[in-house]
Amino acid sequence: MNRIGYVAFNTFREAVRDRVLYNLIAFALLLSGAAVLVGEISIDIERLVVVNLGLTAVSLFGVVIAIFMGIGLVSKEIEKKTLYTVLSRPVRRWEFVVGKFFGLTGTLVVNTFFMAIGVFLALLYVAHKFERADICVLAALYFIVLEFLIVCALALFFSSFSTPIMSAVFTFALFVIGSLAEDLRGFARITEGLPGAVATAVAYLVPNFSAFNIINQAAHGFPVPGRLMLYNTAYAVLYSAMAISGAVLIFQRRNLK
Amino acid sequence: MTSARRVNIVAAAVLLLSMAGGVALLTVIDRMQMKLEPQQALYIRSSKTLRRLCLGYTGLMADIYWTRAVQYFGMQHHQGSRDFRLLAPLLQVTTELDPHMLPPYQFGANFLGPKPPNGAGLPGDALELLKYGIAHNPDQWRLYYNLGFLYFTEFKDYSKAANAFALGAQLPITNGFMPILAARMAQQGGEFETARILWYSTYQSTKEEAIRKNAVDHLKALQVDEEVTQLEGLVAKFQQQSGHFPANMSDLETAGFIHGTPLDPNGHAYKLMPDGRVEVQDPESILYITKGLPPGMASPMPKPAAPPKS
Repeated sequence: MNRIGYVAFNTFREAVRDRVLYNLIAFALLLSGAAVLVGEISIDIERLVVVNLGLTAVSLFGVVIAIFMGIGLVSKEIEKKTLYTVLSRPVRRWEFVVGKFFGLTGTLVVNTFFMAIGVFLALLYVAHKFERADICVLAALYFIVLEFLIVCALALFFSSFSTPIMSAVFTFALFVIGSLAEDLRGFARITEGLPGAVATAVAYLVPNFSAFNIINQAAHGFPVPGRLMLYNTAYAVLYSAMAISGAVLIFQRRNLK
Repeated sequence: MTSARRVNIVAAAVLLLSMAGGVALLTVIDRMQMKLEPQQALYIRSSKTLRRLCLGYTGLMADIYWTRAVQYFGMQHHQGSRDFRLLAPLLQVTTELDPHMLPPYQFGANFLGPKPPNGAGLPGDALELLKYGIAHNPDQWRLYYNLGFLYFTEFKDYSKAANAFALGAQLPITNGFMPILAARMAQQGGEFETARILWYSTYQSTKEEAIRKNAVDHLKALQVDEEVTQLEGLVAKFQQQSGHFPANMSDLETAGFIHGTPLDPNGHAYKLMPDGRVEVQDPESILYITKGLPPGMASPMPKPAAPPKS
């Protein structure tokens, strides 16, 4: 367990050293610009824009970081030959993969934490006070973090056997498909026979990212059922576990010579 | 001077010059494009397609479309155009992307309903928009208020207006004006007083400066219309009693019809004309008035708004 922690901590440190957290500056500029400008060019949607834009940016920035960091986690170590140093120590291959996963998700959690502060500061700026409905923004942020768990796991899974570019393409494609999972399910429902069975299988196999997107509800302050939080948490944990297990299985058999 | 320093200076100079040149060129290009007056277009009218294209981030997309609708209306209004053909589709896409976003219903109906130049002159579309809004937000009294307002101002349908206000008044969270408005509409009487309550409640229920100013302008206009009607009634009464029109307001005061010199909302005295009509001193300064104008003069409307900032 300690060894996983070391790998995770080093992954986080490497991300910070790679200036990944610099995206926070872009985020802060985007959000403060929107908070100030939207009142000038639109009518009565300042709060909605701050929540919608803020949470969409948290989600998309995070997904991009997850993909581009995740795809290089294994390949970069092989390329720099640092992996051999790590594996020559008492670190097992599965510990290395799991540690990388936790390091990456940790980076994203820290990133999201700072972005969340930005969102709430922008909310305070436009509304001059916090409202009870703002709690829903926290729920939406939690769901975004769950989304990151799956994206990180997928990026790591693909990077365990593919080139960085192909891993990025696969992960991003799955993110797009998963964001349209409801449409895919609708298509599966109206299709019969073999195509229907294939569509249903695909609809359940791809990650359902649309279930994690409650940004619009949060913007309107609609409450999030506790059961949905529980089910989404369980789903994200199970799906990530599935992808990480796949990555471990492949990485265990990979010839590193 | 070292070679490295020379390179630094040259690079900095090229950077600054390029930047200045780029800005200058863009200004010229912008001026050329303004002359071309490109026709605005709405390429994607299907909210379903947009929903897919934006990967489910519909809230942000709805915000963008609502801002576009505001900018489009502002731009057409500023140019004095009577062509608002994209307004209804823009509002439709916005509300389909986010059916719970209230400003597009509230303000959108106000953009669509009134006749040009104040609006698009599409009260039917405004009605559809509000009905769609109420179907998705049945607990929002403001939408019933807007519906009643639309029936009253654009359709002159007192019965439906009364019904809309009454439904809004029954909601758990409502405004104190709603039952009063419902009762007034049901009585179909005292149009001045009803309109006054409507505009006053509009003023009270919004924080938007432009909407509040519009409400104040309408309240001033109502005051003028009502006072001119009353004064002309008194002038007619004076003429019946004395056989001639009063020469000035003092005659009315001496005869005991009025107390003091009546002033319009801008503080100017009303003018009594030789033919017994009453006019305001500066008709251009009070928007929307229908009474107290020189013969043949149309009701003053607001000048085109400042171009929307974008």
